[in-house]
Amino acid sequence: MATPAPTLAAPNAADRAATDMAAIVKDAALFALVTFGLCVPIVAFRTDLSQTSALDLVPRWGLVAILCGLVFVGRLAQRMILANRDARRALTPSPTQATEAVDATPNASQKLSSYALPAFLGVTLAFPLLAVLGTGGLGESRYWIDLGILILTYVMLGWGLNIVVGLAGLLDLGYVAFYAVGAYSYALLSTVFGLSFWICLPLAGLFAGLWGMVLGFPVLRLRGDYLAIVTLAFGEIIRLVLINWTDFSGGAAGISSIPRATFFGVPFTADEDGFAAKFGLDFSPMHRVIFLYYLILVLALITNGVTLRLRRLPIGRAWEALREDEIACRSLGINTTNTKLTAFALGAMFGGFAGSFFAVRQGFVSPESFNFLESAIILAIVVLGGMGSQIGVAVAAVAMVGGPEMLRNLGFLKAVFGDGFDPNEYRLLLFGLAMVIMMIWRPRGLISERAPSIVLKERKRISGSLVKEGHG
Amino acid sequence: MSSSFASPRMADPVLTVDHVTMRFGGLVAVNDLSFRVGRGDITALIGPNGAGKTTVFNCITGFYKPTEGMMTLRHRDGAEFLLEQLPGYAVNRNARVARTFQNIRLFTGMTVLENLLVAQHNPLMLASGFTIAGLLGLPAYRRAEKAAVERAKDWLERIHLMHRADDPAGALPYGDQRRLEIARAMCTDPVLLCLDEPAAGLNPRESLLLNDLLRAIRDDHDTSVLLIEHDMSVVMEISDHVVVLDYGTKIADGTPTEIQSDQSVIAAYLGVEDDEVEQVEAEVGV
Amino acid sequence: MSVAGINVLQDETRARAAGSRAPLLTVRGVKTYYGNIIALKGVDLDVNEGEIVTLIGANGAGKSTLMMTIFGSPRAREGSITYAGRDITKMPTHEIARLNLAQSPEGRRIFPRMTVYENLQMGAAVNGGAHFEQDLERVCVMFPRLKERLYQRGGTMSGGEQQMLAIARALMSRPRLLLLDEPSLGLAPLIVKQIFSAIKELNERDGMTVFLVEQNAYHALKLAHRGYVMVTGTITMSGTGKQLLDDPSVKAAYLEGGRH
Repeated sequence: MATPAPTLAAPNAADRAATDMAAIVKDAALFALVTFGLCVPIVAFRTDLSQTSALDLVPRWGLVAILCGLVFVGRLAQRMILANRDARRALTPSPTQATEAVDATPNASQKLSSYALPAFLGVTLAFPLLAVLGTGGLGESRYWIDLGILILTYVMLGWGLNIVVGLAGLLDLGYVAFYAVGAYSYALLSTVFGLSFWICLPLAGLFAGLWGMVLGFPVLRLRGDYLAIVTLAFGEIIRLVLINWTDFSGGAAGISSIPRATFFGVPFTADEDGFAAKFGLDFSPMHRVIFLYYLILVLALITNGVTLRLRRLPIGRAWEALREDEIACRSLGINTTNTKLTAFALGAMFGGFAGSFFAVRQGFVSPESFNFLESAIILAIVVLGGMGSQIGVAVAAVAMVGGPEMLRNLGFLKAVFGDGFDPNEYRLLLFGLAMVIMMIWRPRGLISERAPSIVLKERKRISGSLVKEGHG
Repeated sequence: MSSSFASPRMADPVLTVDHVTMRFGGLVAVNDLSFRVGRGDITALIGPNGAGKTTVFNCITGFYKPTEGMMTLRHRDGAEFLLEQLPGYAVNRNARVARTFQNIRLFTGMTVLENLLVAQHNPLMLASGFTIAGLLGLPAYRRAEKAAVERAKDWLERIHLMHRADDPAGALPYGDQRRLEIARAMCTDPVLLCLDEPAAGLNPRESLLLNDLLRAIRDDHDTSVLLIEHDMSVVMEISDHVVVLDYGTKIADGTPTEIQSDQSVIAAYLGVEDDEVEQVEAEVGV
Repeated sequence: MSVAGINVLQDETRARAAGSRAPLLTVRGVKTYYGNIIALKGVDLDVNEGEIVTLIGANGAGKSTLMMTIFGSPRAREGSITYAGRDITKMPTHEIARLNLAQSPEGRRIFPRMTVYENLQMGAAVNGGAHFEQDLERVCVMFPRLKERLYQRGGTMSGGEQQMLAIARALMSRPRLLLLDEPSLGLAPLIVKQIFSAIKELNERDGMTVFLVEQNAYHALKLAHRGYVMVTGTITMSGTGKQLLDDPSVKAAYLEGGRH
């Protein structure tokens, strides 16, 4: 069989590669040009007060050149890596268009996750010990253990919200409201009725869950953007009520001197009934902090365990089915309103647990702590982690909460930008940049693949491109 | 021949549609429609595009509330359900009417097996004691889940998809997705199965497989079938009774042979003046 | 089957070598992947100016993938696609659409929240909306249903009506090459016949070149000048419509389905 018409032969591969390269360089140059344009008004001149207290313009063209060069090289590298990947993935591997199987082939990160999981858990369990050993003393480790507690709180909140957003596909922008309900439940129950933390903890979860139902009932008829806006509004309403209903919540001043956590009734005090004396230890305030660390760890692991278990039960499958296709769910006799409500209430309940932990740890709550930014961070953790993926959410929480902290130690950048450079000023900028890069690199989150909830013969991970994100 | 009793089973209809009208604003999609679906029959609903067939389906399966009229579903034990008064999900859960969709609505990101288990949500939910027994891992729930998996496996066997049980439903070829959607609907144990264009996009060989599947459903289960279809080879081959709609009104109702020779149906729908359709059927029916 | 296929292919190559018409669309060695799964395994195909060419094959054989690959989404990882003398293999989809190429894609893809009229305007936008009134009239004659629903939202129409709209929208740009993906899907027998005769008329009267992917092989082959048979991502046979219709192996392959 002769090959037809030589005139129609395509340009050979070398030619095409060359034109591609030229296009990439051109594109990177364009980016550098845009950077230059942005830099001229922002970076190029610094205004300094001179000796005569007049304003001096100090040109900084060197810095502009460095920035433009960085953008050029960065874009070049990105295009060259992406060009390769794009060609492989094609532009729209949309499953609805695929007429042949689009299978998930395990990638490196998945293979990694099989032994990363126990390692991750091990580090978490041993973290206080590691922190103490690393810093060389109980007192010195406080910063690290506090950071650990903070991260674990967000891990738990992320896991709680993951039920609502990741599994049921309901976009909730007001999750912090339930965190607030939990925190205030403990604060009020303990200060007014003198109830102990261990009684208040389940009550706080219960109240938050009830609020989830109350708010959920009218809201869950809405879909998509509308649901997001109304949940956002509910989050704000709760905060505003807490600020303005002074008789009930103490208003903007909040509630202080909330009783501290006890070791199942044994307080962490220096006297002889205290924890240290009972266990024959030297008193240290760090005992309480370490206890809190393990408390939140256990709470988070319970959240995780329950979620993983629920995923394998009919209710969990119904949540995921709801995210995939609500209309099909109705045609299969699933009461979609109730199913959404349970997801909303359960997510809220875990938020409530985390809230009461927050209150007992701080000893003080005020509406300040429950603003929209908190909701946004928790949602960002879920989205960055990959919707529905438990381990992804945990990793994202570490990155989102730990990341900005790590950026405090950017002294080495002084070497690059000179002594006048204060990294703290650029902390959030760098953090924002990291998030943008992250979403370009993994647009569906760290772990986009879905693990099936039940397996007949062979466990296969499901490609993120087939999994729907829900529409409210 | 009396057209209202095309099949002897029509005397005991599983579904009676009485004077149903559906208006969207000023548009009358279905106009005073009455027909019956005989118990154990395969009833086909045909008609030109936009005649209101899918609207009728959406009324029966609880997605629309008809503006007027009533639809009665009768179980063999005599239980009666007025479909227009049930909330959407209860049409499947209580009245046991299942359906498929014109543009397949599988849970694409879930595996084939998971799709079939979601369909058994309600019995499993009961068995899991509304999640509490399931959360505790009580044996009663584990038994129920095992039974549900067995049932799913049964259906996978029948639609020849056993080897793909752990693959995401969205990765299946089109024809397999169609059959999986039917199996999923059957997993809800329906008395009436409504299929919206089950043969659309299937090649003749797949159409034959579908015919076999539908016949098996009718013969082996206590399930009557109501289907919308344009593929005349399917309609004429397997249906016991055909209802023809045009502009929301019924223009004919009878056995396939009666319908085939009905002049109004030919004019509005089949257009058999030239011999092409018969030829296609001859080709396809090989 | 393959032996018969190669024979037919040789006949056909010879026929083309004799030089009848100029190729408008040339596909050479195109390979397309979804992730790591190969969907097209090196497809060669020609559509000559003024022809109706059909591609038949089972579900999952890769017919729609080829059609989408011609339009640049997904891109071909290997091989080349030439249209009217230009290499369009790497061109972005919107630029391909400006080359007077129109498509009625799989799954209809109409704009559900826009009215039928607006959908048709969108179709005409590619060539700047010249002859809009004239073309509107023409598609309304072809699909009287659309005329009745002109100011109704596309998404509120029935599936078959949406299919008509997708075809009409593609026609509004007066394409030189029209790509149709299963135009008969979900349409009543009468409408299917109307569409096929309309395609024939557009081809004969206006000289429009048509590339047609069809499940309904009998109809398609009867209409087409030439046809190709695709099995799991490769072209196994080609020939004139009549040749393929008469070939017993086509009937077998077609009824066998595309999977091994």
